Amino acid sequence: MTDRALAVVRAGALTTVQDRGRPGHAHLGVPRSGALDGPAAALANRLAGNAPDAAVLETTLDGCSVRPRSTVTVAVTGAPCPVRVDGRPAAWGAPVRVRAGSVLDVGAVVRGVRSYVAVSGGIAVEPVLGSRSTDLLSGLGPAPLTDGAVLPLGPPREGHGGVDVAPQPAPPAVLVLRVTTGPRDDWFTPEAVRLLTSRTYHVSPASNRIALRTAGPALERARREELPSEGMMLGAVQVPPDGTPVVFLADHPTTGGYPVIAVVHRADLPAAAQAPPGTPLRFVAVRRR
Amino acid sequence: MRVLPVGRDALLVEVSSGDEAQALHAELLRRRAEGSLRAGEIVPAARTVLLDGVSEPGRLAAELTALRLPPVPPRAAETVEIPVRYDGPDLADVAAHWGVPAGEVARVHAAAVFRVAFCGFAPGFGYLTGLPARYDVPRRPTPRTAVPAGAVALAGPYTGVYPRSSPGGWQLIGTTDLVLWDPARVPAAVLTPGTRVRFVPVTASEPAA
Repeated sequence: MTDRALAVVRAGALTTVQDRGRPGHAHLGVPRSGALDGPAAALANRLAGNAPDAAVLETTLDGCSVRPRSTVTVAVTGAPCPVRVDGRPAAWGAPVRVRAGSVLDVGAVVRGVRSYVAVSGGIAVEPVLGSRSTDLLSGLGPAPLTDGAVLPLGPPREGHGGVDVAPQPAPPAVLVLRVTTGPRDDWFTPEAVRLLTSRTYHVSPASNRIALRTAGPALERARREELPSEGMMLGAVQVPPDGTPVVFLADHPTTGGYPVIAVVHRADLPAAAQAPPGTPLRFVAVRRR
Repeated sequence: MRVLPVGRDALLVEVSSGDEAQALHAELLRRRAEGSLRAGEIVPAARTVLLDGVSEPGRLAAELTALRLPPVPPRAAETVEIPVRYDGPDLADVAAHWGVPAGEVARVHAAAVFRVAFCGFAPGFGYLTGLPARYDVPRRPTPRTAVPAGAVALAGPYTGVYPRSSPGGWQLIGTTDLVLWDPARVPAAVLTPGTRVRFVPVTASEPAA
């Protein structure tokens, strides 16, 4: 079979194409985008024999089903979920052979939020500014998957990496995010900084690829004037007028006018991507290196 | 100049005016081009420049604190011309804020030379400065749910052109047919930080592109 494509049987609640994103264009107002749980996406690619920059599918809570038109190797990582091929149980977190015309079903998550589905050859939609990622803030890249859509696949690599199984971190029961304070902690009362790093917040259902939103103690500003727009960064803990902090994820706006009280360590953001609504969340202050 | 640490590998450099921010941005781009500065992103804004993805933020911060800023270098003669029909629904309100007859808004706006201070809000959306401070206008009290692509609009000290239809609270003074953002084109953005811009009035019957 030479018809390298993937038909979408069940798109799921929100399934997008993601790779490592398009960093380097923030000065044009272009978000970085890319897989929220980068290590899980990278592992899926390794298991499927792909290069690390191949595009994968990122599902949200209820998975998706796809039918490859040629025989492929797939791997499902990230949030643990049942995996089936033509209704028969198959492995999660390991390479799985799917014959042409068979249906791969990635089920609803058991824990976590986002599963990653790598297919040998990678999803080969046309890149935009060097990336195939769907950017839900600005609409760049391919639209989220819809039932019946057909996605092209790239050519599989000869002789893949040979990884059969690999350990993966479990989605967190309590999400602990290390932060360094600033750059605008001086726009808040000392009490606000203390509250942020000592009280328990919860992950809000309003969270998405743009930001992890929270519920918890409101943070009071010491300076009330408007902050002129300034550059925003991945992991920024921005505080809008209602006082509840939001943590910027991959599709965040590149500039913003609300002060950033602290910044989350990048290494902690994949866990943030896997914390479902209601997860207790603590921000832990860490001194700058 | 104040250098604020941001997370573990970024710095926010704060200056006291938009002009200084533009001069700083130009200087940082020059240093990155010559290889003396390494940064993944250099993002100018109203009063700041964000340096993201720097390897030794502590050392760089010390270096930047001692930096004496050269004036904004005169850019190569190139000026982007944006044809515009001054037919926006907020012309009368803007004229009232400015204290001029409605017909004067187009003349004043088209006489100014603008510079893209920074981008944001949407890919290809530039915040343009160039009008004297007495022409600052507030945002609309109620934002519109849909501003059409190509709308030329004012808010605060800025002029902007909506690259695609979106909600917005800026005062609409005109329309252009010029496509300011096309990711299939190289470069994708017509307006990049530092670009000089003029608005050229066209009449209703002419294409504004």
